[in-house]
Amino acid sequence: MKKSVILGVATIAGLAAGAAAAGTADDVKARGKLNCGVATGVPGFASPDANGEWQGFDVAVCRAVAAAVLDDPMAVEFIPTTGKTRFTALASGEIDMLARNTTWTFSRDVDLKFEFVGINYYDGQGFMVPKALGVSSAKELDGATVCIQTGTTTELNLADFFRINNMSYEPVPIETNAEAQQQYLAGACDVYTTDASGLAATRATFENSGDHVILPEIISKEPLGPLVRHGDNEWGDVVRWTLNALIAAEELGVTSANIDEMAAGTDNPEVNRLLGSEGTLGEMLGLDATWAQRAIKAGGNYGEVFAKNIGEETPIGLARGLNAQWTDGGLLYSPPFR
Amino acid sequence: MSDQTTNPIAFVAEGTIPPAPPPANETGIVKWLRENLFSGVTNTVLTVLSLLLIYVLVKNTMPWIFNGVWQANSLSECREILAGKTGACFAVLTERWPQLIYGFKYPEEAYWRPNLAFVLMLVAFAPVLFFDLPRKMLLFTAVYPFLAFWLIWGGTILVPLVALIGCVGASLVFRKLGSNSFAAGFFGAIATALVIWNVGGALIPEGASDNAWLTAVPSRDLGGFMLNMMLGVTCVSLSVPLGIALALGRQSNMPLIKWVCVIFIEFIRGVPLITLLFVASVMLAYFFPPDSTVDLFLRVVIMITMFSAAYIAEVIRGGLAALPRGQYEAADSLGLDYPQAMQLIILPQALKISIPGIVNVAVGLFKDTTLVSVISMFDLVGMIRGPILASTQWNGVYWELLGFAALLFFVVCYGISQYSQWLERRLATDHR
Repeated sequence: MKKSVILGVATIAGLAAGAAAAGTADDVKARGKLNCGVATGVPGFASPDANGEWQGFDVAVCRAVAAAVLDDPMAVEFIPTTGKTRFTALASGEIDMLARNTTWTFSRDVDLKFEFVGINYYDGQGFMVPKALGVSSAKELDGATVCIQTGTTTELNLADFFRINNMSYEPVPIETNAEAQQQYLAGACDVYTTDASGLAATRATFENSGDHVILPEIISKEPLGPLVRHGDNEWGDVVRWTLNALIAAEELGVTSANIDEMAAGTDNPEVNRLLGSEGTLGEMLGLDATWAQRAIKAGGNYGEVFAKNIGEETPIGLARGLNAQWTDGGLLYSPPFR
Repeated sequence: MSDQTTNPIAFVAEGTIPPAPPPANETGIVKWLRENLFSGVTNTVLTVLSLLLIYVLVKNTMPWIFNGVWQANSLSECREILAGKTGACFAVLTERWPQLIYGFKYPEEAYWRPNLAFVLMLVAFAPVLFFDLPRKMLLFTAVYPFLAFWLIWGGTILVPLVALIGCVGASLVFRKLGSNSFAAGFFGAIATALVIWNVGGALIPEGASDNAWLTAVPSRDLGGFMLNMMLGVTCVSLSVPLGIALALGRQSNMPLIKWVCVIFIEFIRGVPLITLLFVASVMLAYFFPPDSTVDLFLRVVIMITMFSAAYIAEVIRGGLAALPRGQYEAADSLGLDYPQAMQLIILPQALKISIPGIVNVAVGLFKDTTLVSVISMFDLVGMIRGPILASTQWNGVYWELLGFAALLFFVVCYGISQYSQWLERRLATDHR
């Protein structure tokens, strides 16, 4: 009860702060910089490199939005947030958008008063086991010891999964991913479970990564996406359609290599509308006609961003899987640009 | 008489017998070993076990350290170079060295600024820590905070200059009014400082920092061990005077002052530091309009200072309580007023008693500065846990990085502790 009162006060204060800053898009343009909340460090998704430049899959979304709105993909002030500070940073107006592999859930959308503008990565909870264990399916894990991060949704998903399949397990509670790696390698648990992207990233750092397998079962839905505050739909539209532009660009075959050529005009009217040589889509968003061109040029289309940061060529080595275009059997499906 | 040459006595010593060396097992290393390590069955067994333990430890860690790779661009490259041998990957320290020390956003061409500030800090602290040095050096100490601020944050020199003038003005007013009445001096000084800062702040032109000689660096760009040092040094030096004031306030006869101090101390001590930091980083943002937030570094400094001041206040209260009642009465009987009695008689003795406790708090506080990593400030530990371990090149390097962090902290904390022991010896006036 008390907690909900405090949360209520906090959200009201957040709303007030949001309302006071009328038009985030105008604020961003006036400021000349996009304040984008990212993770303090998640391999492949957001981390500064040796030169202090932020790199990663989530970072690319921020850069695309900055390119679309401000004509400069580098005009982003990255505000690192932890799992605990991310929502207050967004609600209080410290950041304009949050791109921090955040799962889209009902309560975050409705109760915390945020607006998820789309999904840039379909994740789900998986299992990793040593090859030596000889297990090929999560259904064979009866009686296993499982390393699990406490206080996360993965803990609840795990309990559900084992209960549904009528199996028993022994949890080994751990605090951070780093601790989990050490515990798992030291043999403190047979199985390590967390989001599949995290498992792949973790496995990539092992000295003998071939000795470990990620089981095929995915036991939960974790749609990750960028989000903005409730109540500023114009800004929400800008971020939503920038993300959609990246996805649509891949579907339509627009890449950072051929974009200049295609921007001159093609036979495909949808490409023309997307790139601004036809129609007035940019104007409707409150931007100019070439906004999507700039967003795509910032880091390439969705497929290029994926391949560069977390794809199979990188140490993270994630397959497209659910994150393939709908035409390739995945879930990525941008609404039409019309 | 005939056979005088035959001496009836068989032997006559012609001098003293040269001293024989002590028996082999009563001297040197053998004796020391026998007495200290092998003086009984239990000790012998323990010695052998300890030697075994040390051997195992050395055998396992030395190859790791000496095989260490210092030049590589990623963990996998390290592993290729090692080719299956045990060995550390210290390359992460060399490649990410500037990030570990300065954070990942501090401009590279400005690294000399914090370096210079660090060297000057040693000069500024010298007369405070070693009171045999000439007292004139304290003048530099007084200027140092403003100088360091200017060096590290850059921007226009007018800001630290106005701050300095405000402080000088305040101390002049305090000198003038404080000789009559402490309260008049105190409040007069605060009022003067506020007036000077406000007027001065209004006079500084809007874009003064844009083209300053030292490029302005926002607080968010500070990081690494530099951030730990800055937080530690600032908070310790602020919390000692504040702690003294709180301790004295808690003993005050004036109910208002007494209760303000009691409530402050008890409240702050009853709340975990991490909670205060969350309030500083998260909750305070709600209470300010979006444009006029207080600098995050300043918020954190305020919270940590309040936290350690509450602890130091209790340590000093212990020192005050340890003084015999006679000391207070002696001061009264000399006709000293309260500030004089405290300055000349009570505090010098009470503070001397409190040194170990204060140092304890200071060391703890310095290590607590790593907690700021949970509110996404990139101090040394934050850098390691966040950007470095999350980079695809270095994900998976733990021992080297955390060992390095531990080493840095150990050096500083051990230094503090050695200084405090020297100080205690230096101040020992009792006959023990």
